[in-house]
Order: sequence, then C-alpha cells, then structure tokens
Amino acid sequence: MARQPPARDVAPTVQRLRLRYAKRGRLRFTSTRDFQRALERALRRTGVPMAYSQGFNPHPRISYTNAAPTGTASEAEYVELAVTSVLDPEAVRAALDEALPPGLDVLEVVEVRAPDFAERLQASIWVIELPGVEHAVAAAAVSTFLAADVIEVQRLTKSGMRTFDARGPVLRLDLRPDAPEDPGAGPCAILDVVVRHVTPSVRPDDVLAALRLVADLVPPVPSRVTRLAQGPLVADASVGAAMDAVTDPLAPDRG
Amino acid sequence: MSVDSVFPQLEALLPLVTKPVQYVGGELNAVSKPWDSVAVHWALMYPDAYEVGVPNQGVQILYEVINEHPDALAERTYAVWPDLEALMRANGVPQFTVDCHRPVGAFDLFGLSFSTELGYTNMLTALDLAGIPLHARDRDESHPVVVAGGHAAFNPEAVADFIDAAVLGDGEQVVLAITEIVRTWKAEGRPGGRDELLLRLARTGGVYVPSFYDVDYLPDGRIQRVAPNRPGVPWRVSKHTVMDLDEWPYPKAPLVPLAESVHERMSVEIFRGCTRGCRFCQAGMITRPVRERSARVIAEMVDNGLAKTGYEEVGLLSLSSADHSEIAVVAKALADRYEGTETGLSLPSTRVDAFNIELANELTRNGRRSGLTFAPEGGSERMRKVINKMVTEEDLIRTVATAYGNGWRSVKLYFMCGLPTETDDDVLQIAELASRVIETGRQASGTKDIRCTVSIGGFVPKPHTPFQWAAQLDHETTDARLRKLRDLIRADRKYGKSIGFRYHDGKPGIVEGLLSRGDRRVGAVIEEVWRGGARFDGWSEHFSFDAWMAAAQTAFADGPVDVDWFTTREREQNEVLPWDHIDSGLDKDWLWEDWQDALSEVDVEDCRWTPCYDCGVCDQMGTEIQIGPSGTTLLGMPALPQRGEGLVAASAAPAPTVVADGA
Repeated sequence: MARQPPARDVAPTVQRLRLRYAKRGRLRFTSTRDFQRALERALRRTGVPMAYSQGFNPHPRISYTNAAPTGTASEAEYVELAVTSVLDPEAVRAALDEALPPGLDVLEVVEVRAPDFAERLQASIWVIELPGVEHAVAAAAVSTFLAADVIEVQRLTKSGMRTFDARGPVLRLDLRPDAPEDPGAGPCAILDVVVRHVTPSVRPDDVLAALRLVADLVPPVPSRVTRLAQGPLVADASVGAAMDAVTDPLAPDRG
Repeated sequence: MSVDSVFPQLEALLPLVTKPVQYVGGELNAVSKPWDSVAVHWALMYPDAYEVGVPNQGVQILYEVINEHPDALAERTYAVWPDLEALMRANGVPQFTVDCHRPVGAFDLFGLSFSTELGYTNMLTALDLAGIPLHARDRDESHPVVVAGGHAAFNPEAVADFIDAAVLGDGEQVVLAITEIVRTWKAEGRPGGRDELLLRLARTGGVYVPSFYDVDYLPDGRIQRVAPNRPGVPWRVSKHTVMDLDEWPYPKAPLVPLAESVHERMSVEIFRGCTRGCRFCQAGMITRPVRERSARVIAEMVDNGLAKTGYEEVGLLSLSSADHSEIAVVAKALADRYEGTETGLSLPSTRVDAFNIELANELTRNGRRSGLTFAPEGGSERMRKVINKMVTEEDLIRTVATAYGNGWRSVKLYFMCGLPTETDDDVLQIAELASRVIETGRQASGTKDIRCTVSIGGFVPKPHTPFQWAAQLDHETTDARLRKLRDLIRADRKYGKSIGFRYHDGKPGIVEGLLSRGDRRVGAVIEEVWRGGARFDGWSEHFSFDAWMAAAQTAFADGPVDVDWFTTREREQNEVLPWDHIDSGLDKDWLWEDWQDALSEVDVEDCRWTPCYDCGVCDQMGTEIQIGPSGTTLLGMPALPQRGEGLVAASAAPAPTVVADGA
C-alpha cells in the first residue's frame, strides 16, 4: 500500500503579489533560509491568507529569486506570494514590514500582472566599501582588473569547487572620487559594480577575489557590500551613472 | 553609569566566522531596556551554542519574568564558537549579550542554566572572555555574582570553585527574590561588599553559596562532612517549587530567533514534575510533585504564543505528556480550534502505556504522521523492573501495532545500556524486541515499508536518584555490549534491514558521570582540561575523552581519588555524598530503600494514583500533588481572527470563504 497524502481541501490561489525588501544593518548577516523562516512566520502572524501546496508537508506558496549572499546588505531583494483572497498590496506591505524585524524592511508590494519575473533580473548593481584601502591603491587595482579580458577565480559552490571567469560578467567597475564623508575615519575606497547575472553567478566576493589575484588588493578589514538594485539591463550599460545601468524590474507589473 | 554596546567591534569580526547571524540578536519578542532605567542587571546564559540555547525554556521564562520587573533587566548570552572566541581574544572583544551587545562583565548577576554538566567548560570560556576571574574567591564588587541553576545545579560541587551561588529548582519566584536582595543591597550603598551580599542570599536558605561551606575529607578520599562556616547559614539548602503553574504562564512571548535553532517550534509546558518513579531519571526525582496546568491556561498559552510568534508547530511539553489528566480534552479542543490553519501539535515524551490512538489521531489530524518515539529504556522485562519503568513487552507490541495499523511508518525506541545489574543478555533482548516490532508492524500495516530505529546510549547515575549509589559501567564494557547488539541486529536476515541502530559510545558518559557525581576536587579537572582547550563537550566533534583523562590524571595526581573512584565505584549506604547538603526534598533513607527495591526487582507505583509512599518531598517542601481534571474548557475563548482581516482590497468583491478556518 503506497502512502497517500491525506485528501485536503485547499483554497485556490486568486492573486499573486511581488515584494521588494531590503536587508540592512546587522540583519545583513541573515541567510536566505533565515529570511524565509522569518517571512513565513510574519505571514502567519499578520494573517495573510497564503495558498498552500498539497502533499504530506504542505507549505505556503512563496518563490524566492536570486537572494543576496549571507553577509551582504541589499536594497533590492524579491519574493513572490500566492494568496487565496484578493488583497490590498499596500496593506500587505505595511503589515509585513511591521511584523518583520527592523532591518528586514518590506519596501514595495505590487500585484503580479506580467510573467517571467526571473528573466527580468539580468544584472545587479553592487556597492563595495573597502575601509582602510587608499584611493590610489584601489584605482590601480581597478585599472588592472579592467585591462584583463578574463580573470579566473575559484569558489566552493553547492556542486563543489568551481573555477570561473569573474571579469567577463562585470560590465562596470567604477571607483568613486576620493571624497571621504568623514575625514577622521581614515581612507575608504568605494566601488560601484554592475554585474551581469550568469551561471555560476559572479558575486561581489568573486570580484574582490579577482582584485586580489590580479592586483594584490587585500583589504585590511572585511568589506561592506550592498546590492543597490537588480533588474533589466539598459541597452548600453557603459554610459551614464552605474546606478542607471538597470531599470525597475517591477515596471511591467505596475501596468 | 551607562554601558556601551560592543557591537561595532564585534561587527568587524562577523564576516570572518561561521553563521554570524547567531551573534546579532534581533529575535522576535526580545526585550531591550535602557541600562540606567533599572537597578538590577542580569545576564542569563545557556552555556551551549546559540542554536541549542535560544529555545531553552528555562532561560526564556526567567528572561521574561525579570524583564517584567520595573527595576530589573535581563539580557541573554550564549557560548561563542572557537572561531569567534579566537577573534574576540585577538581583538579584545568581551563576552557579550545578544540583546544589546553589552559586556557580560558589566552586569550585577550572571546566571547560567545547566541542563547538562557538559556545559561547564563553556562557562569557563564565558567567564574568561567576560574578564571575570575564574575563581569565585578572586572576585570583587566590580564583578557579577555568578549564579548556577538548572538540573545540574542539584550537585554544583564540581563547579563550586567557579560559581558564587547555586539555586535549585523552579526559578520563577526565586529569581525575583534574588533581584530584590541585590536591589536593596545596592540601594543601601553595598554594605559589607560582596561578602555581605552573598551572606544575605545564603541566609534565605534557598541560595547555596559554596564558599560558606567547608568540606572535610577522610584519608581514603571519601567526604567526612560538609558544614557551614558562617553563622546563620543553614546546614542544608532547599530547592524551590512553584505551586500554581496557572499563575506563571511563561513564556508569554516566546523568542523567535532569526537563526535556525534545534527546536523550530513553540513549546508550552503542560505540567511540571513526574512521579512515575523511573529510578534512573533525575528530572523525575528532583521536580516532584506533579503540578498540572489547567486545560484553559494551556489553550490560552498556545493561542497567545502562536499569535505572537507565527510558529506552525506547538509542542506540549512535560516529562511524560500523555499523563496530563486532561490531555484528551486539550488535544481535541486544540485540534478543533486550529483545523485548517496548518498548525501542528506534538506531544514529546509519550509513555508506551499512556499512548492511545485517539489522542495520536487528534494530534495528527493534519496528516503529518512522521514518526513516533517511545522510550522503554530497559531491553528486558527484568531490567525494566530494576529501573521501575513498568512497560511490558506486550504493551509495547500492542502500541506499535496500533500505530503501524493507523498509518505511522516509523517508530523510534530509546534504550539505555549500563543500567545497574545489567548483563549482556538484558541488552541483547533489544534485538528480539525490535524484530517483533517489525514483524507485528508488517502484519498490522500490510506493508514491508515500515521502520523501527533503536537508539541507545550509556546510562549515567545521577545525584538525588536511587541510583546515586550505583557503579557506572565502564566505557569499554558499554561499547562491547553495544557492538554485540549491533551485530545481532545486523545478523537478523528477516527483519534486520528494517531496523535502524543508533548508539552513543560510552566515553562521553564517563566524563558526564565524573561531573555529575563529582565533588569539589573535580573542579581542578575542569579547569585543567579547559586550559588545554576543551570546549563544547556536548558536541562529539569537539569532545576529547583523552584530554579529559589526561587532565584528571594531572589534577588528581597527589590525591587518593581518580576518575574510576567517582564513576565505576559503588557507594555504601552511609557514605556522605557530595550533594547531601542540597535538599531536593527526597528522603535519603527512602532513596536507599528504593535502591534496594531496584536490586530486588520490586516496583513502586505512581503516587498520583496510589497512596503516598513517603519519598519525603511534599512533607519536606510543604508541597502537594496538583492534578486535574480542572474541569476548565476552551468555551468563551475568542475566535481565531479570520485570515486576511484588514488586508483585503477595498475594491474586491466580498470573496467566497476561501479560507477554511475551523473555529
């Protein structure tokens, strides 16, 4: 006798919602799984009528896309929810933002109106702060990096140690002008990076590994990394400000 | 005086360590009070990794009770892993709390909850990182008062050098009493310094201050006597018992960590204490008498806790949960209430003879029938008489057959190896029992797709139990016996493939035994092994038996005692035991009689249902059994809020009821 999941009467999905949230401050140390647990519990506390899967272990229908690595902050993380009532997106945003701890901040909720969201996330814009690194040192390293065609780095992935090119997908690596906000705090080089999403993905720590490899750039203390945006790439990412290299991925849903 | 957060210094280290999220705090329902707003500051520690410590109910309860006090605050701290410890030492970052990242050394009191003795080395790490001298005698007014609690504190002698005080039993009320004594002493301008404060605590009769007791030894190593060395300090220190659990419905706002923990569920304690009388079970002996929560308060705690946490599973905790007099009412009412809300209920610690299928069906109405766990503990009928766990083989077979027949596919059975009077044969009978379980289960379920897992570990004799006089089995014999059992199960060609076998080797049990029944001389071993790098002794990947034995060799070099003396030696009736001056209420003569009954394989009934047999607790402590049925119900409890309330789009047509809420 094969095991049969219990017959269950599951309410149908009537609406899908897309969330943008930020991971800030000390909560940048949460992993994707940490966020998932926190979100699912916040959904239960706020009473969002989630759609559930069937089977032995029903789980709420939530899709997570392209989460930032543990330890990096982000202003642009995306999640999709399936719910069983038609809800007011702004009410959901406010309720979830209130229910999640400060530092996991729900910034936007829109109703899903267009498919293929994952394909809209073509590139990310990262800012990498390097406390203790002099501007000139960073400038030299950046030019060496940009002069190379290919820089192979290694990283331990789920499928073992992989070697891949960390240079090709980097569309922009801009060093901000040397204008410290707080002159007393010592040097701090700041990089704006535009990275095309490829497999395996090139992450900020891969870019740092590449800088170390080709230019011996070794920050004296851990860097601070924040994803500022992800979305569709503009036609020519090399012109204008790095911040304008991608557009709003939720635009097709706003109708 | 304000106390600054050390988070800025810590933050720079976090990218360099594994699972940094465990050090950042930010749990739901955590409390942060301004330092200067209160007079008394408690740092509470569960001396293990965050993932183990954060769900601990004892710490969560005290955390909340203290933080509700208008003139006190409590923050939590946990053991840091060796990678962070090394970085903290290199960068001068002290042991910190996860709530406000304040240095532990700045608090008035540093309370540690010891569920197990294997956390002792982690305490030394925390003291050292906090800048608190390891030895109580080296501390002054600037250092926190170090207070130990938890079950292991019923014999705190092994850590007597390192703690200032120990508190026995339920903490809810005594933690407030201590807070009051510290508050008054501070308000008076700290008269008499640290010594006077400890004296005030000791004179209550409910706080044990080891330095106010002298221990004399006989030439052969046994204790001659333990005597107070200050006027007004009592000969024996009493445990604390909360008599009305309904009045103490804590935790009211359970902590929900961001990091993954070992218990991804909410817990509600449905009763405290157990009088089943299992002779190996220290928890059952030291938490008497049984005190139940009423059905109504249990339901309110579940309801309130779920609303405040968002957990999807609730464990109804106790030492033997199916024994609650109203468990059937509670289980049915909760299952009704949460039907259709994807909320699971679980009943850990279910006795074979208290299990019934109606109850199990209620608990799994949602269809999750992952596995059932029972603990016969002894492999043979004879052994179960010795330990007074009167579960017959027929009971067990009938119960598992019912479970398999009702859709469960996996049953886990817990046993112990090395019980007093045990022979190879007693343990090898486990193989036969497991085969019968599979045979019966296949018949009952009509499928071969069922499993039984045998889990077995070495028995450690504990203080305040009838086995406190028993010889612990040496680890070589334990391991040899477990190997024989494993081979026998593997040789079973018919059923062996359906039987899983998990065992814990005997070496950690010997160290636990040394610490459990140790006296003050064992403190030197703990310090020695810690100085050599011992940490996280409850984790097999960190535990080093050889390091402990080497440390014991050094520490015991000039004395008449050794590890065997503390572990594998049987004690005589009149030997002064290191914990005799700690009063759990149990009468030592009754314990001895029960030990003799064990050797004669005579069982003793549960005093909830039969006349009192004078174990001594209720007389000595002024307590009484408190069991229901209370007759309370869930009638009149507010209905669960409809999901989606307040979130529905104004423009949407009134939706058909797509949410199936049972209530």
